[in-house]
Amino acid sequence: MAAVELQSIVKSFGATPVLRGIDLAVADGEFMTLVGPSGCGKTTLIRIIAGIESQDSGSVLIGGSAIDHLRPHERRVAMVFQSYALYPHMSVRANLSLPLVMSRLRLHERLPLVRLLSGRRRAVMRGIEREVEAVAQQLQLGALLDRRPAQLSGGQRQRVALGRAIVRHPDVFLMDEPLSNLDAKLRVHMRTELAELHQRLGATFIYVTHDQVEAMTMSNRVAMMDSGDIIQLGTPTELYARPANVKVAQFIGSPAINFLPGTVGAGGRVELLGRQLALEVALPAGAALTIGIRPEAIAARPATAAQDGEAWLLARLRRRENLGPEHILHFDLPGADLAPIVCRAPAQLHLPADGQVALTFDTMACHLFDASGARVAARGANAGEAGGREPVVVPFRS
Amino acid sequence: MGTAAALAQPLPAQATPARIRIGRLTSLAATHAVLLAGAAFMLLPFIWMLTTSLKSPGEIFSADFTLWPRKFSAVENYDRALTSAPLLRFALNGFIICFGILVVQLLVAIPCAYALAKLKFPGRNLLFVLVLLGLCIPVQVPALPLYIALAKLELLNTYFAIMFPFFLSVFAIFLFRQFFKGFPDDIIHAARLDGMSEFEIVWRIVVPSAWPAIAAFSVFSTVAHWNDLYWPLIVVSDTRLAPPPLGMMFFADAETGSNYGALTAAATILTAPLVIAFLVARRRFIEGITMTGVK
Amino acid sequence: MRTSATLPPPPRRSRQLWIERLTGAGFAMPAFVLLLLTNLLPLIAVFYLSLTDYEFGALDAAFVGLANVKKAFADPVIRRSISNTLIYVATVLPGAVVLALVIAVLVHGRKRMRSFYEVAYFLPVTSTLIAMATVWQFLLHPRLGPVNGALRWLGLPEVPFLSDPAWALPTLAVIGIWQLLGFNMVLFLAGLSAIPKDLYEAAEIDGAASGIDRFLTITWPLLGPTTMFVIVTTSITAFKVFDTVAVMTRGGPMGSSEVLLYNIYLEGFQYFHTGYAAALTVIFLVFILAFSAFQTFALDRRVHY
Repeated sequence: MAAVELQSIVKSFGATPVLRGIDLAVADGEFMTLVGPSGCGKTTLIRIIAGIESQDSGSVLIGGSAIDHLRPHERRVAMVFQSYALYPHMSVRANLSLPLVMSRLRLHERLPLVRLLSGRRRAVMRGIEREVEAVAQQLQLGALLDRRPAQLSGGQRQRVALGRAIVRHPDVFLMDEPLSNLDAKLRVHMRTELAELHQRLGATFIYVTHDQVEAMTMSNRVAMMDSGDIIQLGTPTELYARPANVKVAQFIGSPAINFLPGTVGAGGRVELLGRQLALEVALPAGAALTIGIRPEAIAARPATAAQDGEAWLLARLRRRENLGPEHILHFDLPGADLAPIVCRAPAQLHLPADGQVALTFDTMACHLFDASGARVAARGANAGEAGGREPVVVPFRS
Repeated sequence: MGTAAALAQPLPAQATPARIRIGRLTSLAATHAVLLAGAAFMLLPFIWMLTTSLKSPGEIFSADFTLWPRKFSAVENYDRALTSAPLLRFALNGFIICFGILVVQLLVAIPCAYALAKLKFPGRNLLFVLVLLGLCIPVQVPALPLYIALAKLELLNTYFAIMFPFFLSVFAIFLFRQFFKGFPDDIIHAARLDGMSEFEIVWRIVVPSAWPAIAAFSVFSTVAHWNDLYWPLIVVSDTRLAPPPLGMMFFADAETGSNYGALTAAATILTAPLVIAFLVARRRFIEGITMTGVK
Repeated sequence: MRTSATLPPPPRRSRQLWIERLTGAGFAMPAFVLLLLTNLLPLIAVFYLSLTDYEFGALDAAFVGLANVKKAFADPVIRRSISNTLIYVATVLPGAVVLALVIAVLVHGRKRMRSFYEVAYFLPVTSTLIAMATVWQFLLHPRLGPVNGALRWLGLPEVPFLSDPAWALPTLAVIGIWQLLGFNMVLFLAGLSAIPKDLYEAAEIDGAASGIDRFLTITWPLLGPTTMFVIVTTSITAFKVFDTVAVMTRGGPMGSSEVLLYNIYLEGFQYFHTGYAAALTVIFLVFILAFSAFQTFALDRRVHY
């Protein structure tokens, strides 16, 4: 009914390719987020779905039928713009009514003086007004119906933009970074509102954002894009737990994942800073690896308390950020010229200032990527133990 | 209930893709047809002026119309125009007058606008009200008393007389004040702390940042005063001082009714400077006009 | 040297304040003096002169009160002149505003030919009107001009554009439109460029896709301030018509193209009836102020959001 399918969408602006053959299937009623850095093509993609931009090749299908030849207002989609694009000279009521007026009244029933001659117009307008009131109630805009956009706050304008989309009862809602103009607190509040709206309406939502928190918290599935391609498509958990690419790993999760350079040693054994880890990969010896460890996968304790038989890194505390319930710790690895390692720790953790700290991590929680950035599967290196999660007895300190 | 539901249906879609494309092509063709017709109307006098100035009297007075001259009489026409009236002198007068007016306008208006925008002094509000009032009063209103005063001072027929009423441009004051108001106060405070006098601050720091507005206004002022007829007509009777419009009027009088070739040659010579300047500095011209709309 | 963004103002001791006031007054003084000399004093003088019967060159003059004004309104020449001027404005206004809007809307969407059209339409604005007036005279010449030539070619009768009382004023009005169109077009183009593009996109999605719908829903309402400005400046500029009358028709034939400013010029600087001319100038000023006041009160409210 309202499933969206994109087949091989290609788009270039002049000589610059922006979309390089996008294939995507969004299920009916799904909340799909397109996420990625600026310039990845996500906004262009939803503009193509809306019809205000046309693709160079490829097809857009809604409900199984191709809609490429349909004009935007015939496609049964609604769009919320980043700037809201509210008509500044019209009241909120008129803004919300416009889509219905355009679709239900004929041209001569809309022209300024001529429309007074139409009897049908009055009846249609009454119906429109009822629907607009209902939507306004839903979004708590009832008291604001006679105001102009310039007299509204950012959050109120956003709700009007949403209302204008809802009033059309579209099959697909397209949203282009609708929360990016709001302040942080309001953004958190609106995330919940949008998620609940999605539940209530049951429509298909395609949502564009560069904020990974929005992508993680609101979506059924996330498509991460980069430079005109979809580099991973999956549920938020999949993107978090099994990123297909360094870019995905880096984008999802806050604070961002730590990357350490590694190599492949003899027998496919993973080596980090000259020491072996209990991991094996199916790559030739000497291949370069990027090892990713999430801040939440690292535990820190004073070096003196480190146990023999654990894998740990020797580090020196550089900075401690107090978030209240937890702290973010930044560490330098002395002797290795690397970016600081970030880890999360409970607020009560006591570490000696300027002291030596041991950073331990579960080797099976490492994400391994090859030289091109693609994910590499790893096995626990203790033969016989199926995916063993025990840290291996290879203590190393630098 | 049935009718309410029926009224709530969207109207059926109208056009097929093919019809849309044909519709778009015809509207594009119609657009260009209208625009080209209008452009032809706009350019007709210029084209006619140029081609007539190249024609011989025989052709001009003949009954049939050709666009391009059959016999090239450009040299005769232009020579006739240049010798029977000091056209180049008129153009020179135009330059002198416009330049003189512009320099004084800027020298007077910029400090005044700065003072109105950034400094507190007694009478500031009164002055601004007077400026606003001045915007509503066209130059033809004080013309009479100014003429009498200049006549009594025996200053008629001088460059000064032509330029005097325009030395103050309330429009310039208004425009620059808007611009200066937007200039960050902190930079001015920092300059004061550095020991700069207010005079230096105006000319070394604030003016360079307002350069677009100043350039645009200069264009606007030059065009207005190069083409001004009313005031020069009143105060100038000596052809040696005539700016281009007045000069053209003198010339047309002298050549009553006959030599259209020379007349259009003269018109071409006198119109050329501004037209060429416009073609060269098109952006600035258009910005200047747009500034007047940005209030 | 500290140039931080939030520098506190220097300590305002009374001497500092005094210097600022002196500087401010000093900067404003030349402008103020010129304002007095070229605007205010002459304005008062005009009002005063209008109440006398002063003739330039006479030795004395008597105070006659409102006699000049009464005489003006009773004078059929002046009444015709005022009505001519108003007819001129009424003819030029729709032409120069509506046509400019149409042209601007059409040009705004073009990419390739846009520069050409901008130049073509704006060229008349930069041209010296007097010079072009001569060309127009030739263009409209009954025997030699191509316009009448074209009419003859189409089988229509010749039109004596500048020598027929019925045709003179409308002809001047067309030339006035020719000169103003480009200026207004540029103003409208600026106004059109200020309309955010995503409003049109939102409207396209909402169903306002055809040209008429886009114009009625978005373009026309958001051009309100620009349109108002164009209407006011066009009416004021049209009311001040003088150049074409002075050069092409000299008020003729039979006074059919006499306009107010031309009469002021004649009375004040040819016949030297200074007092009378001053009264006419006051009437002129009242009309101009009325046009400006119309903007401030009537249109301003309806147009801003």
